[in-house]
Amino acid sequence: MAQHSRKGAQVQAVTANRLTDGVVVYLTPQNGWSPSLQDAEIAEGKEAAEALLARGQTFFEPGNFVLDVYLFEVERTEAGIRAASVRETIRQAGPTVRVDLGKQAELEGVHA
Amino acid sequence: MYRYDEFDLKLVNERVAQFRGQVARRLAGELSEDEFKPLRLMNGVYLQLHAYMLRIAIPYGTLSSRQVRKLAHIARVYDKGYGHFTTRQNLQLNWPALKDIPAVLDELASVEMHCIQTSGNCIRNTTSDHYAGSAPGELEDPRVVCEIIRQWSTFHPEFSFLPRKFKIAVSATEHDRAAIRVHDIGVQVVKNATGELGYEVWVGGGLGRTPIIGKKVGDFVPRADLLSYLEAVLRVYNMSGRRDYLYKSGITFLVHEIGAEEMKRLVEEEFEEIRKTGALQLPQEEVDRIQKYFAPPAYETLSDAAPEIDALAAKEKNFADWLKTNVAQHKVPGYAIVNISLKPIGKTPGDCSSEQMEAVADIAEKFAFSEVRVAHEQNLTLANVRKKDLYEVWKALDASELATPNVGLITDQIACPGLDYCNLANARSIPIAQRISERFKDVDLQQKIGRLHINTSGCINACGHHHVGHIGILGVDKKGVEYYQVTLGGAADETAAVGEIVGPAFTEGEIVDAVDTIVKTYLDIRKDGEILLDTYRRVGLQPFKEKLYAAH
Amino acid sequence: MQLIKNGAFIADVWTHVADEDELPDGPAIVSLQRWQKEQNALVARGKPLGIRLKSGEAPSLIAADLDKFDVVALEFPAYRNGRAYSYARLLRERYGYKGEVRAVGAVLRDQFYFLVRVGFDALEVRDNITPEIWKESVGVFTNDYQPSSDGKPSVMSLRHRLAAHASARNAG
Repeated sequence: MAQHSRKGAQVQAVTANRLTDGVVVYLTPQNGWSPSLQDAEIAEGKEAAEALLARGQTFFEPGNFVLDVYLFEVERTEAGIRAASVRETIRQAGPTVRVDLGKQAELEGVHA
Repeated sequence: MYRYDEFDLKLVNERVAQFRGQVARRLAGELSEDEFKPLRLMNGVYLQLHAYMLRIAIPYGTLSSRQVRKLAHIARVYDKGYGHFTTRQNLQLNWPALKDIPAVLDELASVEMHCIQTSGNCIRNTTSDHYAGSAPGELEDPRVVCEIIRQWSTFHPEFSFLPRKFKIAVSATEHDRAAIRVHDIGVQVVKNATGELGYEVWVGGGLGRTPIIGKKVGDFVPRADLLSYLEAVLRVYNMSGRRDYLYKSGITFLVHEIGAEEMKRLVEEEFEEIRKTGALQLPQEEVDRIQKYFAPPAYETLSDAAPEIDALAAKEKNFADWLKTNVAQHKVPGYAIVNISLKPIGKTPGDCSSEQMEAVADIAEKFAFSEVRVAHEQNLTLANVRKKDLYEVWKALDASELATPNVGLITDQIACPGLDYCNLANARSIPIAQRISERFKDVDLQQKIGRLHINTSGCINACGHHHVGHIGILGVDKKGVEYYQVTLGGAADETAAVGEIVGPAFTEGEIVDAVDTIVKTYLDIRKDGEILLDTYRRVGLQPFKEKLYAAH
Repeated sequence: MQLIKNGAFIADVWTHVADEDELPDGPAIVSLQRWQKEQNALVARGKPLGIRLKSGEAPSLIAADLDKFDVVALEFPAYRNGRAYSYARLLRERYGYKGEVRAVGAVLRDQFYFLVRVGFDALEVRDNITPEIWKESVGVFTNDYQPSSDGKPSVMSLRHRLAAHASARNAG
């Protein structure tokens, strides 16, 4: 399973790709999967993160409707939740070379 | 070009039906992702950063106008209106939904196309010279051999689960435009002392994590025995290639570990056994049947001079610039090879919109016998254009932003999709290529610099062929930040070489200046007629290194 | 596990015997190491004998002894490991082995077609494989481009036949 959080990361969220179309989604407090990072549930600390990941994994299994579930590092800012790495920033927004495509063109709360 | 008969068509349709069933089982939850992944990976379906990616096979880079139009249609209806041509002469769609892929495959099958063996550890699409059939000095059309290899390798029962993916390229001219020495197998068409055609076989070349130039293992394989020879190489590799460690599982490592001589001995021993059975001997009728499909188009008898074109070029600098770099010599008098640049200044190398594809299809239909080629440099080619039509072709291409006069120049760069799209990437490639393109956009400056290949990859898998760029750029990740390592002196042609690392990596902010420094250093010290690669080969790394790291 | 032999789901009379275990009374499949150590005893037993080759144990190691075996079982340690596809072809085509060539280990339903083509006539498969799945998987393609151990005519030779047929008809 992909692992994109640095060791010791304190604030994390869980992401995956939707089975039918591959779209990037985030695990929400309601046990749903949202395309917006702003809807993601945030886990602070190692234990909470592991619990969140476990929920993401057990949740998708019966329905089989997301894949590649993993934790990644985020930051809380005044403007909302931000991904810490370049990779996850690109995943929540879309290609930096085609800003007319992907979530950056479709959703509020996407950050560059 | 090759057309399917009932057998080819049936096989492709059966494959679509099989994959449709597999997708249905996955969507219904009957298959887990662990079970489904190997199946989708046998049909070119990857999961990338934002969506699935579908890799469509373009056998030896040859397409008809009809097929190009279909690709445009598929990109528009099932994707976001564009596709990406790759260094393997294939086309990638960046946004297809899994549930739509069976329908895409149906559409492809309707124009004799597919996604078979565009991923997985099997024999991939055989690539070739994009000037095939039109290049001066060509011994035979290499696509005949490619098509024979395509059929032999399709669902080969013995070689569908190799230790690693396996790539074959074929060239039939002395100047190698197909990069055969950096393929697992490179086939070079040669003529022996008695004038008989046969094949030189290079084995164990490859890029990726450990770049190695192939070794010549077969000196002269007779035409009828080519498949026996290839089967022998593959069998030796399948039985002896490492399977315990992914990064050493390529045939490259096998050749490296046992040595070229031992490899040759093993292959020849196996080859003799296979040849004895006669099972794979190519019947002349089959060669003839396939050859017919690649018969030269109905060329007119024309004078090679085109004074009206020369006159227009004298009047219009943009046209003259384009003629200088994007048009190549054809073997038939009065004809030219036209390269279509997919590298507009500041845009994504290899990307092509549906509208552009349709424009290319129309232009090819009107001026180039309805045939389009994909070059491994991520450009397109019209291989048979009358010289007297060049101005009209240029106008038509220019109207669709397809006539950037830069083929072979510094802004004609190879770049993999990188971290903007790819799940494996460590850093972005496309923005680097774009910024270099902007920096050197002046056409006169580009021409002054001369032939220069800059290749950029976003990770060590080297899809951007950085090892064989005259200047190679490799994106690396250092604690979540993108850095770029530079190599000099790589080459993919008959003088193939792996580039040498210049020194510590540069930041995203420094990399374009670093390229600028390399170019300026070269311009300062070059001798008459040298391109950057020549200068590097003469003086080595040191002068460049000094300038690059002078401030440190 | 269940056994498919020549397309039929049948009871398996063979026992895979671990090196440290005693031989059973009936048909037994032993490792290459055991065969090399206990050759004479194994032959003297007078019971049907099979041998099991691991990935990396090429059939050339037993080429001279093949007449002693009723079964050669080839291991697939992972479905990705395709070495035994070559081994099976060598057994059939190079060494002319006519006994059972059996696939054991990690084998996916989507590989049945390939396995049968290279000369496997017996497969140990997971219990969820049904005769319907077997039929669908093994028959996925009507024709094949390359000659292999199954002896089916390749597309090339089918084309040749068609062409000959057509010209004969035209001549007639």
